[in-house]
Amino acid sequence: MFGMLRGLWDYRGFILSSIKNEFVARFARSKLGGLWMIIHPLTQVAIYALILSNVLGARLPGIENKYAYALYLIAGIVAWNLFSEIVSRCLTIFIDQGNLMKKMRFPRIALPVIVVGSCLLNNLLLFIAALVIFALLGHAPNMQMLWLFPLTLAVVGLALGVGLVLGVLNVFLRDIGQVVPIVLQVWFWFTPIVYSVNIVPDYLKGTLDANPMYALVSAYHNVMVYQVAPDFNRLAVTVAIAAGLMLLGLFMFRRASAEMVDSL
Amino acid sequence: MTLLSVNNLGKAYRTYRSEWQRIARWFFLPVKASEEHWVLKHISFNIQPGEAVGIVGQNGAGKSTLLKMITGTLQPTDGSVHVNGRIAAILELGMGFNAELTGRQNVYHAAGLMGFSTRQIEEAIDDIETFAEIGEYFDQPVRMYSSGMQMRVAFAVATAFRPDILIVDEALAVGDSYFQHKSFERIRAFQREGTTLLIVSHDRGSIQSLCNRAILLDGGTVIKDGPPEEVMDYYNAIIAAKENATVTVTQREDGSVQTRSGSGEASIRSVSLHNIAGEPIEYVQVGETVSLKVAVQVNNDIPELVTGYMLKDRLGQTVYGTNTHHLGCKLEQVSAGQAIEYSFRFEANLGVGSYSVAVALHTTENHIACNFEWQDLALVFNVVNVSKAEFVGLAWLPPTLEETR
Repeated sequence: MFGMLRGLWDYRGFILSSIKNEFVARFARSKLGGLWMIIHPLTQVAIYALILSNVLGARLPGIENKYAYALYLIAGIVAWNLFSEIVSRCLTIFIDQGNLMKKMRFPRIALPVIVVGSCLLNNLLLFIAALVIFALLGHAPNMQMLWLFPLTLAVVGLALGVGLVLGVLNVFLRDIGQVVPIVLQVWFWFTPIVYSVNIVPDYLKGTLDANPMYALVSAYHNVMVYQVAPDFNRLAVTVAIAAGLMLLGLFMFRRASAEMVDSL
Repeated sequence: MTLLSVNNLGKAYRTYRSEWQRIARWFFLPVKASEEHWVLKHISFNIQPGEAVGIVGQNGAGKSTLLKMITGTLQPTDGSVHVNGRIAAILELGMGFNAELTGRQNVYHAAGLMGFSTRQIEEAIDDIETFAEIGEYFDQPVRMYSSGMQMRVAFAVATAFRPDILIVDEALAVGDSYFQHKSFERIRAFQREGTTLLIVSHDRGSIQSLCNRAILLDGGTVIKDGPPEEVMDYYNAIIAAKENATVTVTQREDGSVQTRSGSGEASIRSVSLHNIAGEPIEYVQVGETVSLKVAVQVNNDIPELVTGYMLKDRLGQTVYGTNTHHLGCKLEQVSAGQAIEYSFRFEANLGVGSYSVAVALHTTENHIACNFEWQDLALVFNVVNVSKAEFVGLAWLPPTLEETR
């Protein structure tokens, strides 16, 4: 464990330059480059906002702003996007970098760390875009938003835990790579991002509580839209799950490390 | 101090009835692998600083598995590897290069992957740029590079910092011959400064000229460890033994296909190259007197038998060819069942390189009228320059020099 951290520290230059290179490479020969990473989720928001708010006439209780639904969507998408991006990239990271792992010696744990770094950078851009849109819609940033720092960490922790476990398994059982995107899609709809939790029938609320992303997404809603502190009791459970999954992921990663290269 | 010590190293690839069983093993559940495939077993050797060791063996002997475990990308199943120092490998150049980034950015990335800090790379970047000699391209995206330029940059990074152990795959061509020389000069300079070399090669010439020790792997174990000369002889003997056992194989190791054709009234039993002492050889020194022995079996009565041979260079250009008709020794009225052995003795006044021999049995002065057997690539040999002054070209035409002022 200590050795892993030291390896990461020794390779900090490489990790930073990898994150930077990935970002730079995205702008090469593409006019909007990294902006596409924001345009995609924002288009998603626009579609949901347009269809669900205008066509279906969904209204969000507890907030005055008439664009409330758009704000609600954006806050949820900021959280979900970070989560799903880390999970889906960790899922294939070892397979994608298989050749490198076979040929070069470096701390393998750097690979998921690079993924996290680059996803955080994307998320930062998306968050800035979200702030701009919030301002345009007349919703000023508030102090509660400082909660986003620990919240982002919690999302990263949960995503990395899930991603590491699945990424390691995917090397040996390639079906996982096919299943996970589907599961992520289902998971997205089982998290109150597009809809408000109030419209969920009571008998489903228990199921919702079992979803660790629910606590995180509603914390994002609280701080970004409702301007109140997140619900700590619920978050504590999610953080515990995230920590557990991280440990499990690291354990599996360590145990599988040797065999991973054999199988790639 | 031992620089590298390999103790009872073994590598097995395990397969399980189900991948879930493999996963269960990580959680310490007692599951037995359904199949264990050992590619390396009981490998032990020590390497001292400053040695130059050649690792030889046929394809599949376990050379790359061994090297991967020494560099640390593969974990041994058994035994251990201890390294006191930094290892650099020139096996796969250009690993991890991103085509969209410039040469400079890729250098930072690649050197970072080798474990160097940004500051160390900053100090070395000018040397790397100078060594690669690709001019303004250094700040252009790598996708605009020719493969040679990419190799140059990759080699420059890989050898930017002198390692304690340098692993070189000899078959790796580093661009044009100018740069090849330059890179070899750097490898030799490292060696002079105390770097230990581990060279993987099939080429006897380079093993003998660079190494002071060779390790021969076969079937996953070390079967010989000693002076290069001795080990290479042993290696050739193994190959020869294997080749005899598989006469029908016509696809050669380098991928070329050997063609035999002919009507079969007479057939070529064997073709071999011998030195003056009569020992079969594969490596010929420039100017050495050698005999090409061709054993012929006559299967049917034939009115006339002419045997010819051609020496071809590695590109297939004929360097020299003749036959027994031109040499004034054609045989007439040959009866079935006879065995004839020819010995063509000549001085191998050839340039350094690889040559092949084609042999043909026919009547009259050429094989057009009647072709009993024609065999391409009947034999491949290498010419090495050990004792002569360096020269270039296909032929050895030593001049006498007079100078007037």
